[in-house]
Order: sequence, then C-alpha cells, then structure tokens
Amino acid sequence: MAAPFDLNDDGVVVIVGSGAGGGTLGNELAQQGIDTVILEAGGRHEIHDFVNDEWGMFGQISWLDMRTTSGSWRVARDFPNLPAWIVKAVGGSTVHWAGASLRFQPHEFRVLTEYGAVHGANLLDWPLTLEELEPYYDRAEDKMGVTGTHGIPRLPGNNNYKVMAAGADRLGYTRYHTGNMAINSENRDGRSSCLQIGFCFQGCQSGAKWSTLYAEIPKGEDTGHLEVRPQSQVLQIEHDDAGKVTGVVYADAEGNQHRQKARAICVAGNSIETPRLLLNSASAKFPDGLANGSGQVGRNYMRHMTGSVYAVFDQPVNMYRGTTMAGIIQDESINDPARGFVGGYEMETLSLGVPFMAAFLDPGAWGRDFTWAMDRYDHMAGMWLVGEDMPQESNAVALHPEIKDQYGLPVPDVRFDDHQNDIKMRQHAFRQGAAVYEAAGALKTYRTPPYPSTHNLGTCRMSERPEDGVVNKWGRAHDVPNLFVSDGSQFTTGGAENPTLTIVTLAIRQAEHIRREMAAGNL
Amino acid sequence: MRVIDKRLQVGRRGFLATGAATAAGVGAVASGGVIIGADGAWALNVSTLSPDAASTMLQMARDIFPHDALDDSYYARAIEPYDQQAGEDADLHSLIEEGTAALNGKAQERHGASYAEIESEDDRVGLLHEIENSALFKKLRGDLVVSLYNQPEVWQRLGYEGPSASQGGYIDRGFDDLNWL
Repeated sequence: MAAPFDLNDDGVVVIVGSGAGGGTLGNELAQQGIDTVILEAGGRHEIHDFVNDEWGMFGQISWLDMRTTSGSWRVARDFPNLPAWIVKAVGGSTVHWAGASLRFQPHEFRVLTEYGAVHGANLLDWPLTLEELEPYYDRAEDKMGVTGTHGIPRLPGNNNYKVMAAGADRLGYTRYHTGNMAINSENRDGRSSCLQIGFCFQGCQSGAKWSTLYAEIPKGEDTGHLEVRPQSQVLQIEHDDAGKVTGVVYADAEGNQHRQKARAICVAGNSIETPRLLLNSASAKFPDGLANGSGQVGRNYMRHMTGSVYAVFDQPVNMYRGTTMAGIIQDESINDPARGFVGGYEMETLSLGVPFMAAFLDPGAWGRDFTWAMDRYDHMAGMWLVGEDMPQESNAVALHPEIKDQYGLPVPDVRFDDHQNDIKMRQHAFRQGAAVYEAAGALKTYRTPPYPSTHNLGTCRMSERPEDGVVNKWGRAHDVPNLFVSDGSQFTTGGAENPTLTIVTLAIRQAEHIRREMAAGNL
Repeated sequence: MRVIDKRLQVGRRGFLATGAATAAGVGAVASGGVIIGADGAWALNVSTLSPDAASTMLQMARDIFPHDALDDSYYARAIEPYDQQAGEDADLHSLIEEGTAALNGKAQERHGASYAEIESEDDRVGLLHEIENSALFKKLRGDLVVSLYNQPEVWQRLGYEGPSASQGGYIDRGFDDLNWL
C-alpha cells in the first residue's frame, strides 16, 4: 500500500522525529520498500521559507516549548528555559546545523578501556567498533557529500578560516584544513555548490548543505513508502500485554489526538524529547518508563565540552562572510592525559551575526568593555571548541514534578554539572584558542561560555549488557523488542566530534538491521 | 579587501549626524509627552509613560550599551515599544515608573541631579552597578540585546552586512578577501 497510510495500519514502522536520525532512517527504510510514517512535532518549512535573519529564523524553527534547567552549568543561569538550541521542524536540527561531519576516532568507541575508570564518570565502552561502522560511515559520507572524503574537494577557506589557519601555523599545529563538511563544494546530488551566504544556522538557502528536509525525506516520499506528518507531536508510546509496542498517541496541529498503530517504533526526538517520551510512556508494566529496566533512560546526558574564543584584530576580518564553520584544527582532538584530562577537543571556526553576538558573546554583560568588542565586530574572528565530555549518571533529563505542557504532560528538566575533566579540558581549550589568535596578532581575546546545547547525547545509551544502558548495538531497546532509538541519545559516549555524521551512520545501519529482522520474522 | 563603511550615511530622516549628538549622553529635552533629540533629528513620543521615566530609560539604555558611534535615535527606537506595552501591562508600567523614580531618587541624593542630568558617565554607571540586580535593570538590559542590536541600521554602524542570499552570497563579494596576514 502506498502512502498516506491508515491510522489502523499496524504494518508500518513509525518514526518519531525527522532530523539526522529519523529523517535518514525514514528514507533508508522507504528505499528498502518498508512502509514508514514519520511523525514530526514541528512544521514543514521548505528552503523558500528561510530568511537570512538570526532572530527571525530562531523564532520560526527553534524548539521553544517549555523546558527547565537545573544543576551548576552556566546555561541554567543565562538561559534557564533554553537548555538546548535545537530545531522543531521537518528536518530537525539538520536544518540549522553547521555541517561538520567527522568520524569518531577508534579509541572513542572504547573509552573505559582506554581512559580507565574516571571518578564520577559513568564511562562505558560502546558495544561496537570503528571497524564495524566504517562501511556505514562510507555510505553516510557519500550520501551527505562530505568534503575531503570520497574524492570530494574541500571548500575554499573564508576570512575567518584564514585567521585561524595563520594562527595555527604560527603555533606549530599541523592538522588544520577547511573541514569535512556536508556542504557541496561542487554541484552534487541535485543540489548546488555553496554560495558562501553565511547564515548556515538559519537554514541553507542554496541547498548546498545536506539536510534531511530536502536531501533525504523527498527521496523517501518518492518511493511511495514514506509519509511525513508534520505538526504531529507524539505524547505516548503504547504496548501490549507481551511488552511489545503497538502504536503511538499523537496530537495534531489543532491539538486533536490520534492513535497510529505500528509494527515497530523508532524514537528520534533528540536527546531531551526521546527520553522524555519514554518516561511519559510509563505504564503498569513499565512503571519507571518504557525500556527503562536499567534505570538509565534520561541519564548520562552529554552536551560536549564547549566554549568559544572570539578575538579582535586591528584589521578587518568580516568573519560572517561565508560558511559558519569554515575550518578546523584537529591537533588537540587526541587523547593525551599529560594535558591533565582525558579525551580531546576540536577547534572549529564559528561566526555569529551582530544579533546573536550581542546575546552570546558574554551573556549578562554590559558596559564599555562589552561595547568595545561590539564596536569592532567587523574586526572579529571566532572559533568554537568542542570536545568529549564525561557521562555522569546525575546529569539527566527528568520529568518536571510540577510543570506541565499544553497536553498536560510533565515538561523535561535538564540537569547538568560539568565534570572536573570537562572543566580542565575547557580551560586548556580556551588557552589554546586564545593562543591561536594571539599568534595571528589579536589585540584582545574573549572566552565565551557555552551556548545552549546543540549536541545533546547519551540519554538512552547503547550497552552490551542490559543493566548498563537502554539499547543494544543496533539501537534496539534491551527491554522492548520492537522499539528502537535512532538519534544521538544512543551514544554510549560522545567523542570529540560533531555527532551528526555518526547519527546518520547509525541510522543507515539500523535500517538494514530492521529489514533483516523483518525478513527473518523477528520484527 | 572589501570593507564596510561604518560611518553614518545620510539617514532615513534626511539628516547628517553631528559629533554633538553622539558622545555627550542623551542630548534630549522633554516637553509634554515628547522627548526630542537635542539635534532635533528624532523624537520619542510617550502617552502612557511619564516623560521623566522615558528619558531616564533612554539614558540607562545608552549607559548599559554605550556606543559612541550611535546617536540617541537608535536607543530611542529601542525604548519606544515600552510605552505601548506599559499601556497594556500595569505591572510593567509600575516597574518602569517606580524603578526609574527610585534611580532618580538615588541620583538626587548622591549627585543632586536626576539620573539623565548627571554629567559624568562614571557617576551614572556607578548608580547602575548598584541596581544591576533589580528587576528593571535586568529587563532593560535583556530586552536591549534584541531591541538595540537587532536594528539593521545598527548592524551597519558595527560593520555587519546582514542578509546576503538576495545578493548571491559572498562567493563573489569578499568571503576570502582578507590580505593582511
């Protein structure tokens, strides 16, 4: 039967969310002839809806539903109701992502073995290896057109990159280049090459940047096996007496509730909504939440060690021209405990327009020190620091005890404390980032604290043993045989790399697993 | 390399900025419900807020995010929406009226002048530091992040070009034209 599918069609696979995980999985399943319904909480905004307007697009696509924060992280003070900067729209956060597509390093799949036990950290090796993932990384890079892989030329470096590269060179770094980006450097896959518009976070108006919105979902829809229902927020997953999931209850744009039956359910709502949905699906049979026999649903929330360094030069830079993430230094991404911390970090150029710079350069700041920098906006260069953070059981997405959303369901509270390892890594990264710009001649450098989280990971982590995590090496729930997690929630640990490529890789592999298991009669 | 001319162009109101309008604090006179820039180039009309409250807010805005290159009209534009909002929100109305009255009370006590009439920026900023945890200060500072810095005219003065897609991006307009390294 071709899409659209009936609410009572219990032969469909239901995917919750349409971002890097859900959108990719939906297309991959459809390509294999598997009938699939994606339920997406947000609306469908196509490329022609995008505008080069930071606050305008923030209002249009961001996930702004009520959330609370707790713990000692600075985001809880500066942005108490915005723990994460992610997207609520078809395409999910692949609409606003910067495009960096880096593979995990081999040791990052076995951190407990490599780093040993770290006090206060809930470290665990992934139940899979880089070798197992490599063929799928290949497919993901090819699908996404990642520059610097598969013979695809790298992008040219913009002014912001030139400054960072000059500093890197003078500092003795050697592993710097314009990145592995899922942004077309030449026409590819029916999409144009990059026009250096900037505004990558506002949705790519040329379509050069890979997004499930236009690079995956329409291909799936063309097969007749994929239906995407926007403005369909899933409220609860239902199950039968045997403990298998049977369907979901969701609310449409008008708030009317529907029940979509399902053969299997894949949850890909990003690492806050995914555990929230499992916790809100608690039942008599699963009193602590669905698939939560381990008690790990919502726990081990990771957000990457992050921070930014901006620098002011006596000459103009105009960093906002061209791609937001225009280059990378990788020398610090290794694990070298001699630096005083385990794991590593990447240094990636980043630029914000004046509206966002005013909000994020130093949240809460005022006075002449602040305006001195803003007056020199056109002389600024910037980089983002992103590294592996430690999973901690107490860093958790939990249901708020009192505050409810418009459907009467508890809103999520996101609790986070930096681990000592995160703090030491950030200090090192701030120092090195400032040193890069000083080597390039900076007049002044600024250490900008973390933005609301863009990389949300680990809240339904993969584990070999059911007692250690929520899903197995295929993203399949240990406790519920036809329930999958298909987003960054699966990550056992975070690595130093931007997570989207790995999320896409896991989704491609999961789609194959689902087909095999269906063919074998196990699903 | 292609650089941005951050100087004020002939503005929408057809005036040329003079140095006098920039560095000396809010050069404004209040008359009835209208606060008029000293150079006559802009006016802030208030109907629900008192002129004292509005002119105090204006000077506070200038002192919170002081940009010598921006004349008062940009700050007036950021403050203007409070007048209508205060008409619809009694809590906001009293927050602004009472908060500015308290600040002016402190100003009279310390410096014998209302806040906006204190000549020394350091003296004014000293008073702001005393109230920086107050509800009014937090609201004004937080709102200004958007109401001041999201003005396209401000972008140009700070050297930011804004939307580029309609001009074909920067691929032929200087994305890699840096040549001083």
